[in-house]
Amino acid sequence: MPDLTVKKRRPLWFNLSPLNLPVPGLVSIFHRISGVVLFLGLVAFLYLLELSLASESGYAQAGELLRAPIAKLLVIASIWALLHHMCAGIRHLFLDVDVGVSLHAARRSAFAVFVVSLALAASIAVRVW
Amino acid sequence: MVNRIIVGAHYGLKDWLAQRVTALVMLAYTVLFLVVWPRPMGYAAWKGLFAQGWMRLATFLLVVSVLIHAWIGMRNVWMDYIKHAGLRLGFQIATILWLVGCAGWAMQILWKV
Repeated sequence: MPDLTVKKRRPLWFNLSPLNLPVPGLVSIFHRISGVVLFLGLVAFLYLLELSLASESGYAQAGELLRAPIAKLLVIASIWALLHHMCAGIRHLFLDVDVGVSLHAARRSAFAVFVVSLALAASIAVRVW
Repeated sequence: MVNRIIVGAHYGLKDWLAQRVTALVMLAYTVLFLVVWPRPMGYAAWKGLFAQGWMRLATFLLVVSVLIHAWIGMRNVWMDYIKHAGLRLGFQIATILWLVGCAGWAMQILWKV
């Protein structure tokens, strides 16, 4: 690689161990993890959509697949991933327009992301199970 | 090679904006979906929902948004964790092909209804 002008002391290495992360940092890393999970789950979602729309028996079969305990666990995990990703994303949109950017507000909204997404996921989990 | 400072304003602004616009489209679709979700649910109602032109259009916009959104997100993940340039390029190409394939599949599903 050729010399790229300005020598800054980069990269800077911070200790990003999840155990040391403040709540907004936890929201952030879970935002990333949930995003990857949703990316990986896309194919299962499309498969179920195709099956359920194909025919009456396909619809029943999709329902049957979703009733297996392991499938229920995966559905609940995916729903939590989706809800967390969505809540963290909404928080992000507010931060982008300078709403709630103070340290105190940002920590509170980060905490709220966990509370809201976990509560919604739990209420759906109860119904799914 | 162009000699420039590689950190600064506006690198990636388009992607930043695309990530937010597609997020808003997906949020709007979520609200729409919760409103039009058939109650009671059954095969006829489920199929009927996706047979409507406007639902197809909305779902088409959703699929395109997911495609762009997931691409930007996954590209960022690969950029952050895969140091080897060739390997990273491989993962990025695979991600694009995978996502475009999924989008094509989704279109097929929708237009078969």
